[in-house]
Amino acid sequence: MSEPVEVGRRDSGVFRISVRTAAIMLAFTLMFTGLMAGTYKLTAPMVAASALAEKQRLIGEVLPTTMHDNDLMKDAITLAPSKALGLDDDTRLWRARRNGDPVALVFETASMAGYSGRVGLIVAVGADGRLLAVRVTAHRETPGLGDYIDPKKDRNKARPWITQFNGLGLDTVPRDKWRVKKDGGRFDQMSGATISARAVTNASGRALAWTVENRDKLFSLPPDSRFEGKETP
Amino acid sequence: MSIYKDIAWNGLWKQNSILAQLLGLCPLLAVSTSLVNAVSLGLATILVMMLANFAISALRALIPYEIRIPIFILIIAALVTVVDLAFNAFLHDLYLVLGIFIPLIVTNCIVLARVEAFAAKNGLRASTYDGLMMGVGFVWVIALLGAVREFIGQGTIFSGIEMIFPTLSAIQVLPESYPGFLIAILPPGAFFILGLLIAGRNWLDARANQRLRDKRQHEQPPAATAAAA
Repeated sequence: MSEPVEVGRRDSGVFRISVRTAAIMLAFTLMFTGLMAGTYKLTAPMVAASALAEKQRLIGEVLPTTMHDNDLMKDAITLAPSKALGLDDDTRLWRARRNGDPVALVFETASMAGYSGRVGLIVAVGADGRLLAVRVTAHRETPGLGDYIDPKKDRNKARPWITQFNGLGLDTVPRDKWRVKKDGGRFDQMSGATISARAVTNASGRALAWTVENRDKLFSLPPDSRFEGKETP
Repeated sequence: MSIYKDIAWNGLWKQNSILAQLLGLCPLLAVSTSLVNAVSLGLATILVMMLANFAISALRALIPYEIRIPIFILIIAALVTVVDLAFNAFLHDLYLVLGIFIPLIVTNCIVLARVEAFAAKNGLRASTYDGLMMGVGFVWVIALLGAVREFIGQGTIFSGIEMIFPTLSAIQVLPESYPGFLIAILPPGAFFILGLLIAGRNWLDARANQRLRDKRQHEQPPAATAAAA
């Protein structure tokens, strides 16, 4: 490493040093940007394959593969950003069918009302309007307190908290009962960590109501089309 | 050979990044909620520190003194991105566990500190070794902190190990009915326990110094008589 440069009195010296320094900085920037771009290019196919496998694993958590016989990755549509589902970006919705008959819709949704912000969810809703399962895909809830919404962290291994939604529809639990007990709803929460449970419960209710409302349209759209939907309050 | 011994001693104890320099507290406090999390972040940190020290030691002749800091940051950020992408592509299972921690490493001042204090002035082998030893010094402290926080907070050890080794599971040390002690898991608990660890280190050092002084005083009289003679 070179020692500090004594800045000369003449302006041309200062100018020369500035240009040289800027050129070196630029050279380093180009070099390391090149390194990152090269690595990105090299790893992109593998990263995409891993992301796809991860998606399939997530879908498998809410929808048993035995329930459908179509390729979900090929029978998917794009959902436009929607407030009803808490989505800021385009997301995919996968449609499960058996012998061509609708079986279930699987898609990601989110709640911004977690104790530490966003809680990402993936839900599967059956064609009969019942919620098959919900899973948390991403959250930052307090470890040991609010993180029981993730069955991996739930101490109740036999019947994790999040499984209480399984198999329920708007016919068995009316829309206004899709709340935690503390808010006058039907679902349990753990005392001291109501906010996490409330976020998941409310988002699940919203997602279910949204799916029931749009079910026929969602199943009938051609694959790879885009669902804009109307905003429901 | 003694320079390597010095580097190891500095990294593990004397200049320990956390206990002596108090650097890298941001990822330390955020991630040390459990032993598995802590060690995972630590291992990723070792890798980045070795790479960063190696790269900067190799390029040190080309880096002008005045703009060394932006160039160091550029290099560290680029290396972290490369490590992140490489993990995602080649070690995807491990990435699912470590992935969220890798970008956090950029926020760890200890990487920049070692690059500036050591790699910019020393050769390739010594610098890489320094990165390794500083990293190991980081790991053992963060692992201890994570283990203590997890034990006090949840009564378990190794929770989350099933994400790395699916056949293993967490050990419930305290009875299942243990209600948990939340503050240990929350950031204030990290500060309390870290404070105790630092106090413990200072106490051990003070005791060692005291012994050294006692020993010197003990040896003083013969030396004095020898001088008088």
